Amino acid sequence: MKRHALSTRLWHWLNLACVVILFMSGLNISNAHRYLYWGDAGFSPADAWLAVPRFPGWATIPDYYSLAKARDWHVLMAWPFAIGLLFVWVAMLANRHFWHDLRTTRAEWRAKAVLADVVDHIRLKFDHTHGKYNFLQKLAYGVVLGVFLPGMVFTGLAISPGFEPAAPWLVDLLGGRQSARSLHFIFAFGLFGFFVVHVVLVLLNKPFALLRDMVTGGRAQP
Amino acid sequence: MSGSVGRRGFLAGASALFVGACSKVAETDTAQSLFSAAQGWHRKVHRSLAERKALAKEYPRSAISPSFRGNGSRTVDTDAYRASLAGGFADWRLEVTGMVDTPLSLTLDNIRKLPQRTQITRHDCVEGWSAIGEWTGPQLSVLLEAAGVQEGAKFVVFHCADTYKGGRYYESVDLIDAYHPQTIVAHKLNGEPLPEKNGAPLRMRIERQLGYKHAKYLTAIELVDSLEHIGEGEGGYWEDRAGYQWYAGI
Repeated sequence: MKRHALSTRLWHWLNLACVVILFMSGLNISNAHRYLYWGDAGFSPADAWLAVPRFPGWATIPDYYSLAKARDWHVLMAWPFAIGLLFVWVAMLANRHFWHDLRTTRAEWRAKAVLADVVDHIRLKFDHTHGKYNFLQKLAYGVVLGVFLPGMVFTGLAISPGFEPAAPWLVDLLGGRQSARSLHFIFAFGLFGFFVVHVVLVLLNKPFALLRDMVTGGRAQP
Repeated sequence: MSGSVGRRGFLAGASALFVGACSKVAETDTAQSLFSAAQGWHRKVHRSLAERKALAKEYPRSAISPSFRGNGSRTVDTDAYRASLAGGFADWRLEVTGMVDTPLSLTLDNIRKLPQRTQITRHDCVEGWSAIGEWTGPQLSVLLEAAGVQEGAKFVVFHCADTYKGGRYYESVDLIDAYHPQTIVAHKLNGEPLPEKNGAPLRMRIERQLGYKHAKYLTAIELVDSLEHIGEGEGGYWEDRAGYQWYAGI
């Protein structure tokens, strides 16, 4: 029995490539109109709820301002990203990874238990005596897999005028096209925040062993 | 302090390497054909998920944006245009040409007398912003039926009076979008004659695609079987100039 299933490992690295390219090309697209609005419409900075900073070339794809080239990357990588996400959800449900490892239990939501977990994290104590993942890990993975990643797909579809006639309810549900665009941005930075914390915690823990296991699969803990 | 700068320098360096690699990949023929293919898949999925004539959302009057942003060309910088504008566009003609049985040359009066469609829709710019306006004009399908589209015609090209950064503006759509009920030749915005900055006297509305498809200062509608010999062959001004994808539904 491997620690990480082949489907998990394949998706993990494919998804990393997709998210990095989507995020960096997305920053280039953001530079085209650096204002975010709520509702259906908006074009005047005076109506914006957020003026987004201009992202520097080293953080964007391509490394100079090109809306056309950034859109090419963005719209291409949306495919492996969305199909990969669907694949890993089917795999997680089929191999019961979700049920066994990622689902939180009611006991874990008790204030005392949550607090203990937070304190352990602050002390950088990462031994998982109960199951594979602790509560905060499950919560983080749950929010990423259940909200941020699918949220990127749905808000991305909702801001596409060619898709809207197929599911106008989706745009309405998200509060209008400009709200969907704002949420697209918020979820993207939610993912970025997860990425930073995820990498830092791996580095503080056992980076070599954790990376190796995410490639080879590793051995399941008894 | 120096540690944090070093780390930031390392991150920026790693990022630059990665971005550089992406640029190299992007220049290859394989990448270019993948980019085009990806747009094609999106178009096919959009088209297969919705009815061919499925409508873009229409809004109540209360949703109309207080002013409608003018983007790209905000006028046509010629004496002929200024004279035409001053004369209420009495001399303006819209030609319907190319692969049609009966070429047409229409005055604004001719166009106003056709059956009209009024729609309050949202305009989405490729840059990301949106504005809502009420557009009035005949459906393009009415003009196409009057002219009689010949067999083999595959695209409708919109020729414009304006030049942008030295190039003549044009755009094109396929016949599915051309015959879509909300594809209209608009001569009114919010009940008033089309303002100069929004494309006076005539502009296209292609409601299921981004703003760069909505050709302004419209002078001719040409039916063709291929886009190869129009402009530089990519199907539109921005497609030729900057490499925007021809399908603008995303």
